[in-house]
Amino acid sequence: MNAVKVSSALMAFRAPHRRGVLLPDPQPEELDPALAVQARGLRKTYGAVTAVKGLDLSIRKGEVIGLLGPNGSGKTTTILMLMGLTEPTGGWVRVLGYDPLRDPLSVKRRVGYMPDSVGFYDHLTARQNLEYTAMLAGFDYETRKARIAEVLERLQLSSVADRKVGTFSRGMKQRLGLAEVLMKQPGLIILDEPTSGLDPEAAREFLEIIRSLKEQDSTIMLSSHLLHQVQAICDRVMLFNKGEKVLEGTVEEITRQVMGGGGTAIQSANALPGHSSSPPTLDEVYARYFEQLRNDSNGGAGQEGGAGKPGSSPREAADSNSAGEVKP
Amino acid sequence: MKRISVSASIPREGSPFTSVWTVTVKEMADHMGSIRIRLLLALIALAAMGAIYSAVHEIRSAVGEDPFVLLHVFSVSKEPLPSFVAFLSFLIPLGAIALGFDAVNSEYNHRTLSRILAQPIYRDAFLMGKFLAGLLTLALSLTVLWLLVVGMALFVLGVPPSPEEIGRSLMFLVAALCYAGVWLTVAMLFSVLFRQPATSALASLGVWLLFAVFWNMLAGLAGQIPSDQMSQIMTQLWFSRLSPNTLFAETMIALLDPTTRSLGPILYSQLERAMLGSPLRFGQSALLIWPQFAGLIAEVILLFTAAYVLFQRQEIRA
Repeated sequence: MNAVKVSSALMAFRAPHRRGVLLPDPQPEELDPALAVQARGLRKTYGAVTAVKGLDLSIRKGEVIGLLGPNGSGKTTTILMLMGLTEPTGGWVRVLGYDPLRDPLSVKRRVGYMPDSVGFYDHLTARQNLEYTAMLAGFDYETRKARIAEVLERLQLSSVADRKVGTFSRGMKQRLGLAEVLMKQPGLIILDEPTSGLDPEAAREFLEIIRSLKEQDSTIMLSSHLLHQVQAICDRVMLFNKGEKVLEGTVEEITRQVMGGGGTAIQSANALPGHSSSPPTLDEVYARYFEQLRNDSNGGAGQEGGAGKPGSSPREAADSNSAGEVKP
Repeated sequence: MKRISVSASIPREGSPFTSVWTVTVKEMADHMGSIRIRLLLALIALAAMGAIYSAVHEIRSAVGEDPFVLLHVFSVSKEPLPSFVAFLSFLIPLGAIALGFDAVNSEYNHRTLSRILAQPIYRDAFLMGKFLAGLLTLALSLTVLWLLVVGMALFVLGVPPSPEEIGRSLMFLVAALCYAGVWLTVAMLFSVLFRQPATSALASLGVWLLFAVFWNMLAGLAGQIPSDQMSQIMTQLWFSRLSPNTLFAETMIALLDPTTRSLGPILYSQLERAMLGSPLRFGQSALLIWPQFAGLIAEVILLFTAAYVLFQRQEIRA
């Protein structure tokens, strides 16, 4: 097993992803200062595997965006490229007007990122952990003290601030992660699966906090599997599959694209219950979308995939890949 | 009309060592508080006490006429205990490996790496900070040990050390630190390479064992390849000097025994009119071991560079 790891490390050594690769710069007129995140043709390949295939992103300031999609659909890779933690293979991206490749420090100073199942130094207290991050972020002593006290209070961690993080529950660690993000007072907040591993009550509380951020006009990108809660919070959602953004828009728009419109009705026996009367939830839309994908790739006769944007219909996405891997 | 530029050729903003000191201080605080380092220091201190105690007993009879009493406290042994420096050359690699073997992979495993690297610092600062923290911790421990030994020697023997002796033993301290640096970078390299701390610890210990036990045998084998005797000896020497253990051992010999005049073979013609057994001055000994010194430092730099390149190319996704 370790031999595999060594060889993969050596592979990385032998095959530099970007040496000599020409990455295009955007034309000045292409850049829109009203956008928090702007990307064109963003691509990432790992050897023969393409993790992200030519992604275009436009996220306005003050928007709350939900990133949806099965595991391995390229959400985290996209986020890492926005942070400058992974170098794109092609395309360009600007985050708050900065290039994550050339000005990574400016980007990281302005973006608060909470990774998937965030971890802390277990032998340090919550306060010490935040203190360390604040020092790395370059805050002076007074600012550190004030901001740490403020965010601990805000996320109801003041009472446990001097306890070692090793004793924290998953939910407390996630809250501490969010505290760290808010401490930077970022222009863009990126949360990768902030509710994963949380019990329903903790997840609900967590999303409540995010909702309160929304009221302060923060720009938030959020990836999650809790679809009905995403639906309640996000202004727009983007659905990823196999490294592509296959659907984008408000929940209503997406619902129309997947459920409504001619040709998408599927005469399957296990039609989803309960969407006839009330408007369908995002859960149902999501399930339906991937059901269509499966049906199409199983050679379902005569079903024209009218859903999705042109050129990225579920049909195409499914045809180019084996749908057996789709885990809705 | 697309404007194309090679991003890599445009310098990135800011210094690569932004916040390196913050990382260093935090990591050093971690080292100092860890049980690991306390155990190791206790072990080294105990071994040192034992070795010094027996050395002092051995030397005491000849205190009056020996001009290098302090140096002999370091290097003289009495059965069954080995000398202080022999203990050190065993325990320094252990300590250095203990500080480095989980430097990077534990950050992956605790899922702290992507969170830290999402802060406005470069990976350079992260790795360099960890290396500096390990090196400073080792420097601190070795200095304390050195003071302990010198103090004890003063106390027990009652002979003030000469400036020459102080200079030599201080230089020995620096050499020990370089030797420790080699093993620290070996351990850090493996901590970048392997995701499991246990694997990287085993790999580091394996390399250490290779050099401590088997390398001289291999050098002996390599020495049999050429036909004439002189080149046999030179090949063997060249081969064995790839090992940090050999470099450190030779440095120790030249520094702690002022009568050492050469670390390789000597021809009879070179011995003509030489005053055998008379000590060299400190500067001359320093010249003698300078290549070994440079070799140790070069090994540190090479290994650190390897770890650095691998770390830069790694995906940070946990």
